[in-house]
Order: sequence, then structure tokens, then C-alpha cells
Amino acid sequence: MSVLKIEDLHVSVETEQGTKQILRGVDLAVGEGETHAIMGPNGSGKSTLAYAIAGHPKYHVEGGSVTLDGVEMLDKSVDERARAGLFLAMQYPVEIPGVSVSNFLRTAKTAIDGQAPAIRGWIKDLDSSMTALRMDKSFRERNVNEGFSGGEKKRNEILQLELLKPKFAVLDETDSGLDVDALKIVSEGVNRAKENTGLGILLITHYNRILRYVKPDFVHVFVAGKVAEQGGPELAVRLENEGYDRFLQGANVG
Amino acid sequence: MALASPSVVPVQTRSERPSSTDVTDFPAVTGREFEWKFAPLDRIRPLIEGVLDGSPVAFQYSESAGTTVEWVDRATAVVGVAGTPEDRASANAWGAVEKVLQIRVTSEEAEELLVRREHFDQNPRAAHVVIEALPNSSGTVILEHRGDADLSENVEIVVGEGAQLTVVTVQEWNDSAVHVSSHFATVGRDANLRHVIVSLGGGVVRVNPSIHLAGQGSSTDAFGLYFADAGQYLEQRPYIDHQAANTRSRVNYKGALQGAKAHTVWVGDVLIGPHADGTDSYEQNRNLVLSDGTRADSIPNLEIETGNIVGAGHASSTGRFDDEQLFYLQSRGISEEEARRLVVRGFLAEIITQIGSPALEERLTAAVEAELVEAEVVRAAAGVASDAAAAASADAAAAGAAS
Ligand SMILES: Nc1ncnc2c1ncn2[C@@H]1O[C@H](COP(=O)(O)OP(=O)(O)OP(=O)(O)O)[C@@H](O)[C@H]1O
Ligand SMILES: [Mg+2]
Repeated sequence: MSVLKIEDLHVSVETEQGTKQILRGVDLAVGEGETHAIMGPNGSGKSTLAYAIAGHPKYHVEGGSVTLDGVEMLDKSVDERARAGLFLAMQYPVEIPGVSVSNFLRTAKTAIDGQAPAIRGWIKDLDSSMTALRMDKSFRERNVNEGFSGGEKKRNEILQLELLKPKFAVLDETDSGLDVDALKIVSEGVNRAKENTGLGILLITHYNRILRYVKPDFVHVFVAGKVAEQGGPELAVRLENEGYDRFLQGANVG
Repeated sequence: MALASPSVVPVQTRSERPSSTDVTDFPAVTGREFEWKFAPLDRIRPLIEGVLDGSPVAFQYSESAGTTVEWVDRATAVVGVAGTPEDRASANAWGAVEKVLQIRVTSEEAEELLVRREHFDQNPRAAHVVIEALPNSSGTVILEHRGDADLSENVEIVVGEGAQLTVVTVQEWNDSAVHVSSHFATVGRDANLRHVIVSLGGGVVRVNPSIHLAGQGSSTDAFGLYFADAGQYLEQRPYIDHQAANTRSRVNYKGALQGAKAHTVWVGDVLIGPHADGTDSYEQNRNLVLSDGTRADSIPNLEIETGNIVGAGHASSTGRFDDEQLFYLQSRGISEEEARRLVVRGFLAEIITQIGSPALEERLTAAVEAELVEAEVVRAAAGVASDAAAAASADAAAAGAAS
């Protein structure tokens, strides 16, 4: 039974005005096959949590730990974490000039598995995932994310999720900017990954609508750099109706 | 004169640029001339105004069927057919050479010819090469450059009617080498010149090809690939002169820059002359910046003197491989080294695969990757140095606080 454990995580960034404390003691544990939704106001530190888990160099860990099955991730490089089984679907996926999607995916798969995938099976997996995500074959020859629409970028993230088969994934607002059809397609992709590999998910979102397709086991309210409250799926509905006001009283934001 | 679009404004009139084989016809170089404004003049000066040694320098070449290679007298009729110097360094070399290296492609299916030049030294020297493809011949000539050099040279390329010629010049000089080279090509009726410049090694390397599409239906595919690392200056100014009707040109140069004071210059001139009806031309330059502290100048320039053309376009861009891209690739399990390789290889592959010599393509792919590894080592060393500097200043701050 795999588990991703975040304990008392403190993270800061350097800004022009000096060091800024963003995460102030985050505690969270995600078990294999579980889906945890994280909801919270703009600027509360959700993306910072996602980046800190993945190891983005801009975010400085001041204290705490992130362990995957008991192994500390915070002292590993970004690529080592990915090879250990962590995945981040980014809020704003980056364009990579000069590198085709198919070359990128094969290189990533080879790095994660420690060996090149068998050609036949790989092409088959790639084809079927792309078909399921309604991505035209021509995307394989395009440069990674270059000129992709917002929705196409998000699908490309989920394509990677399906092919790279991580143990745990952080999905940072994967639902934002998707129309209803695309939301369904992307959600199905996430659910397939969950079924096939027992993926554990940390799903960051502002909206309840994705939670109708990707059912959360737990909902966490994130305010001012830490978890302010947790509950079941009903909490998400309540947040959507009431907003975050009752959590913000006394909380020091920004 | 009719312009294809109002946005196309000639910066200079290329056809009116002075040319001469006599160095004294050129005024002294100040460094303010457009021709020289980017270059580190102090390092090139001896080639522009010094006395050059024009004696023949030994070289190696492959015995290839359908080709000949020999030293000939500078009074040989073919010398001067393809062009006339347009800058002082070129004219200086023109007048200084004692012998001309003549390369001929004589057969319809000539074997690939490799000429390796690695015995230049640090003396300022002049050289002159004439590459001639006889009518209806077809072949590939590769000029490889290694070792030391302080060299000004002229390379003439004469492509006979109906001939298909590929000329590749590869610069893998030592770090301190200075090499300024003017290529002049004239392409005959229905002939094609594939021209490739690959500049990887050398301190100052400038290769400026002027390609004259003189015969009706002639065409050229001009490619360039360069990788500048710390302190390197690499310049190329392709000039495509559409003289005759129904001529076609494609220019595609790509460069990568990495390391402090890596500097590249690309100036792409296309002139569509008054008789060049039915011209089809496109030129582009793309640069990939891999680190801070580099500079890439990229200037396309299009002059159109006839209204009746098929197409004339240009594009220029300089993009960065930045920390966010690196993070993205690493977050997919790809190591930093592999990530850089992936990006650079992908970027430059478009040019490498156009060379048309499998052996050379393979070797250049490896050479580009070696450049990356080398820069990797430099970066790692710099990282250690700046960490040490940061630690030292932290110590100083601590000491300041204590006192
Ligand atoms: N690199 C940075 N430089 C300066 N400030 C930053 C940086 N990264 C994050 N911050 C600040 O940290 C705070 C948290 O940002 P973060 O992106 O984690 O919020 P979020 O919860 O994901 O918000 P949203 O819902 O808008 O995506 C914000 O105030 C943000 O401006
Ligand atoms: Mg965010």
C-alpha cells in the first residue's frame, strides 16, 4: 500500500521585497488509489504546494518533509522524484521548442522505466491513449505544447499521466479552461489511470464540476498556506455555495 | 520598382555595394561599417590590413571517383568567375595568394569528396579555393577545418548548367582560431547548389556566402548550423542574388548559443533583381539561447526590384531554453543533461538531416553533443565558483555583523 505523506511543510519564495513565506505547515497523507481534492482561494499556496512536491528550484523548503513510501523526496532532484513515481500536471504547461511530442514522450518513458519501451507496445499505447483523449495523430509531430490551445495543453498533460504511470499525481487546476466535453474527456483519462495503476491523486481545483467526474474521497480547504479544514465530498458542495469567507476571518493572506 | 508588401523596406542596396579585387580600393575599416559592426575587429585586423602569407598549405583529401583536386596558377581562367570581393579582408586575401586550390566535379555520379584542411598555423594567411561542377555533373564536396588558423580566404563555386552540387564547409577549429571566409557562387541554368555552413569551433569564424542565381531556372538551398559557446564569435551573412527568371532559393540557418559572451550574427540578404521574374524565395534564421550572457543578432533583409514574383518571405526568431522548460522536462523523469540534449538535438536536426551525407550527419550530431557536454563541464565549474563566491560574501556579511 503506497502512501505520499506531507508533514509540517514550510516553503518560501524569494521576491523583490524579500523572502516570502507561503506554506506554513502543511500536513496531508494520500494513500494508493485515493483522491484528495484541494480547494482554496487564489494565492493561498496551492500551486506552491504542487511545485514544492515536484521540486521546482524557485521554492525553498524551510522545514518539514515529503515522503513516498517512507523515502524522503525533498533531498532528491526533480527528475529523481519523477522516477520515484511523482507526477505534476501543471496549471500552465510549458512550451518546448524543437522537441516533438512523440520524441518527448518516448524519452520520458525511457527515463522513468530505466529502459526504452518495446516499440510495438509503445505505439499501441500511445495511439489508444491519444484516441481516448481525442487528440489527433498530428500532435505527435508537433513541438511540445507549442501553439496548443489551453485545452489541448491539459489533454497533453493527462496523456503523459496515462503513459508514464506514476504512483501519485498532483493535478493543478487541470479542469480550468476546459469546456464541458473536454472536461469529461480529461476526467475519464484521470479515472482510467486510477483504475489501471491505483494512482493516488491530489486534485487542486476551484470548482465542484470536475469532482462530479473524478470523485474525491477527501476534500481539504487550503487557506493562507495550510489546510484549514477537511471533510468528505459534501464539503466541496458547501464551499461552492458559501465561499471561503468563514475561513478567512483572522487568516493573514498575502 | 514594385514592392510585394509595404513592410518590406530595404535597409541597404546590396547590388550597389562596392567590389574589387584590389585591397587598396577599400577604405580603412573603422568598425562602424555595417559589414564589420558586430565583429571583434581587434582580432581580425591583421587579416584586413596586414601582410598575408599566401603560400599553399598542405591538406588531405579522399580519392573520389569523378573529382579532381590540384593546385593551379592564380591566373587560371576560372578564377574570378564566381564573384569579386566585397570587403577588405576578402580583397586582401585575393591579392596575396600564390596558388589556387582547384576542385572539380566532373561526373554525373561523382563520389563524395572530403578535403580536410588542418595544417594552417597562427600566422596570418590567405587562401583561395575554386570548386567547379561541370555541366550536368552531380556531386558533394566537403571542406573540413581543424587545428589553428588565422586565415582570410575566398572560396569560389561555379555550378555549370544542369549540375547538382553540394558544398559543405565545416569549421571545427581550435578555440583561438580566426577564420574569415567569403564564398562566391554562380549557379547556371537549371542547376542547383546546396550550400551548407557548419560552424562549431574557432574563436572568430565568419563565413559569408554570396550566391548568384545567374541562369534561368537555377536554384539554391542554403543551410547553416552553428553552436557558439563561451567567448565564441560566429558570423554568417548569406546573400542570395536572384538575377535570372524562374529562380528559387531557400535559406535556413539555425544556431544555438551557450555560455558567457557567446555571440552569433546572421544577416540574410535576398535581392530579387529586375529580370528575376517568377522568383520564389524564402529565408529564415532561428536561434536557441541556452544560457544567460549570450547575444544573437539576426537581421533579414529583402530587396525586390520586380513585381512579378511567386513568393518572397523571411522569418527570424530567437528563443530561449529556460529554467521553466528544464523543470518541465525534468518533472517527467528526464535528467538535466538529457533535457538539454533533447532540445538542442531536436532544434538542429532540421539542418543536419539536410546535409545529405549520412557519415557527416552522424559525425556532426556527435560533435554538437560534444559541444553540449563541454559546456556542461564549464557550467558545473562556474556553478561551483559562484557558490564559493556566495559563501565568501555570506562570510563577509557575518563578519560585518559581528564587528
Ligand atoms: N515565484 C514567485 N515570486 C513571488 N511570489 C510568488 C511566487 N510564486 C508564488 N508567489 C506568491 O505566493 C502566493 C501563493 O501562490 P500560489 O501560486 O501557490 O497560489 P494558488 O493557491 O495556486 O493560487 P491560484 O488559485 O490563483 O492558482 C501568491 O501570493 C503568489 O503571488
Ligand atoms: Mg495555482
